[in-house]
Amino acid sequence: MTERFILIPGRTSKQGCGVSEGKFDQVYQQEITTLQVAPADMKRMGLANGDRVRVTTESGRQIDVAVTAATGDELPPGLLFIAYGDLSSRLMDGDTHGSGMPTSKGLDVTMEKLS
Amino acid sequence: MATPPITKPIESPATVITDATCTFCGCVCDDIDITVKDNHITDAKRACVLGKSWFYGHAADDRPDCLIEGQPASVAEGVERAARILTEARYPIVYGLSDTTSEAQRVAVAIGDAIAGTVDTTTSVCHGPSGMAFQGVGEVTCTLGEVANRGDLIIFWGGNPAESHPRHFSKYSLMPKGMFVPNGRKDRTAVGVDVRKTKTAKAMDLFFQIKPRSDFEALWTLRALAKSVEVDPEQVKRDTGIELSRWQDLMDRMKAAKFGVILFGMGLTMTRGKHLNSEALLSLARDMNAFTRFVVKPMRGHGNVTGADNVVTWQTGYPFGVNMSRGYPRFNPGEYTTSDTLARGEADAALLVACDPMANFSQPARERLQSIPYIALDPKETPTTRSAAVAFTTATYGINTPGTVYRMDDVPIYLRPALSSTHPTDLEVLSAIHRRVTELKK
Amino acid sequence: MSSGYFKIAGGTVYDPIHGVDGEVRDIWIRDGQIVEKPSDSNIRPDKTLDASGLVVMPGGVDMHCHIAGPKVNAARKMRPEQKRKAEKVVRTSNTRSGTMGSVPSTFATGYKYAGLGYTTAFDAAIPPLAARHVHEEFEDTPCLDKGFFVLMGNNHFVMESIHRKEPEKLRSFIAWLLGAAKGFTPKVVNPGGVEIWKQLPSGNVHGLDENVAHFDVTPRQIIEQIARAVDALKLPHSVHLHANNLGMPGNWITTLETMKTFGDSRGHLAHIQFHSYGGGEGDENTFNSKVVELVEYVNAHHNLTVDVGQVLFGETTTMTADGPLGYYLSNAFKSKWFSSDTEMESGCGIAPIEYRNTSLVHSLQWAIGLEWYLLAKDPWRVVMSTDHPNGGSFLAYPQIIQLLMDRTYRQDMLKQVHPAVLERSTLADLTREYSLYEICIITRSGPAKILGLTRKGHLGPGADADITIYTPNDDKTKMFELPRAVIKSGVVIVEHGEVREPLTGKLLYVAPEYDTSIESDIAEWFEKYYSIRFRNYPVPLDYLHDREEVACARL
Repeated sequence: MTERFILIPGRTSKQGCGVSEGKFDQVYQQEITTLQVAPADMKRMGLANGDRVRVTTESGRQIDVAVTAATGDELPPGLLFIAYGDLSSRLMDGDTHGSGMPTSKGLDVTMEKLS
Repeated sequence: MATPPITKPIESPATVITDATCTFCGCVCDDIDITVKDNHITDAKRACVLGKSWFYGHAADDRPDCLIEGQPASVAEGVERAARILTEARYPIVYGLSDTTSEAQRVAVAIGDAIAGTVDTTTSVCHGPSGMAFQGVGEVTCTLGEVANRGDLIIFWGGNPAESHPRHFSKYSLMPKGMFVPNGRKDRTAVGVDVRKTKTAKAMDLFFQIKPRSDFEALWTLRALAKSVEVDPEQVKRDTGIELSRWQDLMDRMKAAKFGVILFGMGLTMTRGKHLNSEALLSLARDMNAFTRFVVKPMRGHGNVTGADNVVTWQTGYPFGVNMSRGYPRFNPGEYTTSDTLARGEADAALLVACDPMANFSQPARERLQSIPYIALDPKETPTTRSAAVAFTTATYGINTPGTVYRMDDVPIYLRPALSSTHPTDLEVLSAIHRRVTELKK
Repeated sequence: MSSGYFKIAGGTVYDPIHGVDGEVRDIWIRDGQIVEKPSDSNIRPDKTLDASGLVVMPGGVDMHCHIAGPKVNAARKMRPEQKRKAEKVVRTSNTRSGTMGSVPSTFATGYKYAGLGYTTAFDAAIPPLAARHVHEEFEDTPCLDKGFFVLMGNNHFVMESIHRKEPEKLRSFIAWLLGAAKGFTPKVVNPGGVEIWKQLPSGNVHGLDENVAHFDVTPRQIIEQIARAVDALKLPHSVHLHANNLGMPGNWITTLETMKTFGDSRGHLAHIQFHSYGGGEGDENTFNSKVVELVEYVNAHHNLTVDVGQVLFGETTTMTADGPLGYYLSNAFKSKWFSSDTEMESGCGIAPIEYRNTSLVHSLQWAIGLEWYLLAKDPWRVVMSTDHPNGGSFLAYPQIIQLLMDRTYRQDMLKQVHPAVLERSTLADLTREYSLYEICIITRSGPAKILGLTRKGHLGPGADADITIYTPNDDKTKMFELPRAVIKSGVVIVEHGEVREPLTGKLLYVAPEYDTSIESDIAEWFEKYYSIRFRNYPVPLDYLHDREEVACARL
C-alpha cells in the first residue's frame, strides 16, 4: 500500500544533543533514522513501531527507514516528521530554485510499507 | 590582528567559571557557571539540555591535530597541503563559519579573497532567504532585552524553540518580568503558527495549525486584514486550513498589542516560497508599525551564524554567497551559494570551517564534495571530516578558546573558555593557511 | 647609518593651529611624529619627499560619519543593488577587495578615506551594547585612527538619574559607560524621542519640554544635564548632539531653544543643516532657510560648535540612531526600511534616499548647508561633514571644497537647482570664497581642536605625523580628490592614488575617573533589565589592537 504524504524534516532536542555528543553515536543515529507517523496513518497502513517503510520523493529520491508513532496529536494525519540528518538530506533535491536554499521542508513523498 | 590569549591547563581542585557563554544555539546564553575539575567540565549551571550536551560533549580527546587522507600528520604539513589545494583550484569555495569565533571568520574571508574564491556560510541554508527578503523590504527588529522588557504579544511562526532554543521562553520571550511587562508570562499572550503541534505549540495560549506550505497565504491574509482589504473567507480556509475569523481575531490582538514580536524559523525559509515567505513576514511587521510597535526576529540556530553574516557583510558588503573570482565581491544567491556550487559540480576545492555539509546537504551536493579535495576544520569527527583530504581537529570555541560571537540579535559577546585543549584553534590554523596561501599567490 | 628621519622638503605648508598660512617650509618626521629639525646639521634624513610647489596640510579629520557598527552593517546588507553599479574595489597584493555604493565595506572605507587624505575618523553614534562590534570593524578599517561617540540620550540609567536629580551619579555613570565601551564622548540623539518611539506607534517628541513617559524627564533636561556632566568630567570633546525634530519644517525654533539650553556648557550640534528649517509645521510648501537666525546665535556663543551635514544630489542611504526619523523617511520616500531598538540604550532607522535638484526641499537643504559655511564667522567652529552617508558620501568632500572656494562654480550649480532656493535662502547673495587656510581649518585643524585631539590637525612638533600633500589645481575638486601623497604615522600610505601600506590605525578613547561605588547600582540595573551579564558588558583594554587613551583635563 503506497500513500502520499508531506514530509517535514526538523530539529529535535535529541538530535541537537547528539550533535554535541557525537554524530556517530547511538543516540544521534537513532534519532535521525526514525520517521514519525501520525497514529491514525500508522493504523490505516497497518504499521507498528519499528516497521520499515520506503519513502520516495517526486523526483525519485528514496530512503528506507523505521517508523514510530508520533505522540498524541502532535502530527496531523498526512504529515511525516524526521529529525535532520543524513536520511532527510538524501531526499533533498540539488535545485535551490535560485534561492541558495534547497527545499528542505514540506516535501511531497509517497510512503510504502516494506515487508 | 589581536591574538586571543591561550588558556593554561587547569588542575584540581574544582574551579568555577561564572558568566561563561554557551554557543550551541543562537540564544548564546552568557550566564552559565561552568565547574571544571581535572580538565573536565563537571557541571554547567543554567545550561539547557542542548547546552549541557554541548559542554559535556566537548571533553578533551587525544585525536590527532591533523589528518591528511585519513593519516595523522603535523599541522604544518596539513597547512601546506591545504594551501596547495586552495591555490591550485580554479573555483575554490570557503563555507561554513557558523560555529567559530568572528576572529576566525575574518581570516576565513581573507583566505577567500586571497584565493579569488567564493565565500558562503551556513546562512545560505538557514536564514539566507530571510536575508534576501531583508534586502528587498528591510526589517523591523530589536535586541532580545526589548522583547523581555516590552513584548506583550509573542508569535512563534514556523519554529519550535521549545526544542531548538530551550531557554528562549524563560530568558527572553515569555517568562521574563520586564520593565513594561512586570507580571511576566501573565502580561503576555503567546501565539504559535506551525504545521505540527510541537512542544512549542503546547506552551502557547493560541495555536494555529496551518496547512503545510501555506505560510505565504496565511501571512498575506494577515497583511490584508491589517489594511482592511477584503478577502474571500472560503479561499482563506481552503488555502490555510484556518477560518478567516480566527485570523481576524489574531489581527485584532496584534493591533491591540503594545509591542508585538514575531519570532520565525525554518518553517518559512525551507518551505515552498522561501524568501517570499520571509518577505511576507517582514512586510507584515512593517505594516503593523502603522498601528502599534511591532518587531520580528529570525531565530538563528547556531552560536555564531549571526557573526558570520556580520563579518562577511562588513568585509565584502554582502552577507553570504559572495564570489571573488574577478578580484572583487559579487553576490548572487542560487549562483554562488554552496548548495548550488556543489550540486552543479562547479566547486573544485573547498575549505569547510565549523560545518557538516556531508551530513546536511543534498545528495548531488554531497557527491560533488566527495569527489573534490577539501579541507575541514572541526572539533569533532563528523561525516565531513571523515572524507576530507585534510582534516584539522581544532579546539572548541567558547569551551577551549576565547573570542567574539554574535547572539541571534547581533549583540556581541566575548567567550570565557573553561578547558584547555591540546588542539590548535580555528584562528591559528586559518591564519597559517592564509599566510601560506598569500605566499603561494605572489 | 639610519638617522630615522623622514623629511618633507619645501612644501607650501598650511598649519592654522600655528598660524602658518601657505609658507614654504620643511617638515621633519621621526618615530611616527612630527619633530623639530635636528639641530645637528650633519644628520641627513633617510628619506626625503620633495614637496616643492605642493600644498602640505595635516591629515584630514572627519569628526562625524557613520562607518562601523550594527547600524552601518545593516545598511551595507540592505543595499546590494547599489554595489553592482558602483566602483569595484579590486584586491591587490597588499589590499583587500571590497564594495562601494553609499555604505562601503570596511577595507574600502579605509582605503577611500586615505585616498582623499583623511587620517582620522569618528563614528558618530554607537549603542554601547554593540561596542565590540565596532572595535572589530575598526580593526578591518585600515589607514585611519578612529573613535566613536556613545549613545546616551535615550539611555534608561541616564534618564533615571536625571529624573532623580542625581548629577553625581549621572556623571559617574557616563564616565563608567565611556570606559566600558572605550568610546570618546556622549552622543545624544533625539533625546527622549527614541524612547517614546519604542512605546508608541510613530512615537516621538516634538518639543524640548515634552514629558518622556515612564521616565518623567524632558529632552531639555537630558541635554542640559549631560552637557554639564561632560564638562565636569573635562572630556576632550563636548557632548555631541543630534537635536530633536531633525528634518521638520519649522524646526529652527527647536534648534535655537536647544542652543540656549546649553547655557555655558560646551555643545556640538551635529549636521546642523538638517535642523535649520523655517516653515509651517509639517508643511513642505513653506519650507525655507533659517540659517541667518541660527548662525547669528552660534557666532555669538563660543561654547557652541557645529558640523554642517551637507546634502549633495544623488542616491544615498539615511542611517540614524533616531528610530522614529527612519520610519518617517521610509514612509515619505516609500522605500525599504530597517529599524532596530537596542534595549536600555537607543534605536536606529535606515532608509534609502535620493536627493534631487528638481525637489524644492532637497535644493533648499543643499543651499542651507552652504549657507552655514559661508555665513559662519568663525571657521574654527563650523566643520565640514555630509553626516556620511546621510547627506551624501564622504567622497563628495572635494566637491564641497570647490563649492566653497569657487563662487562661479557655486553659482553655476545654483542655476541647476530648484528656483525656490533663490527666494527662500540667501545663497545667491553670498559671494564669500574660502581660502585654502580656511579649508584646512574646517577639514582638519578645527575638528581636531573641537575633538580635543592635541596631536591631530596640526604640523607642529609632537603632532602625529599624519600629513596630506596636494598638487595645486584651480579645479579644487580635482585637487582634493587625488592627493599626491598621504602620510600616516610617518609612513607613506597612499601615493598617486594607490594604497602603498594599509596600516591598521589606532583606537582613540577616553577613560575618565569615576566613583566606583556606582558599579553596584549599575550591576543591579543590569540584573533587572539587561539581557547580557554585567560582567560581560565592558570591553577590556586587551581586546583592542592598537589604542591611545586621550586624557581628560585634570579635574
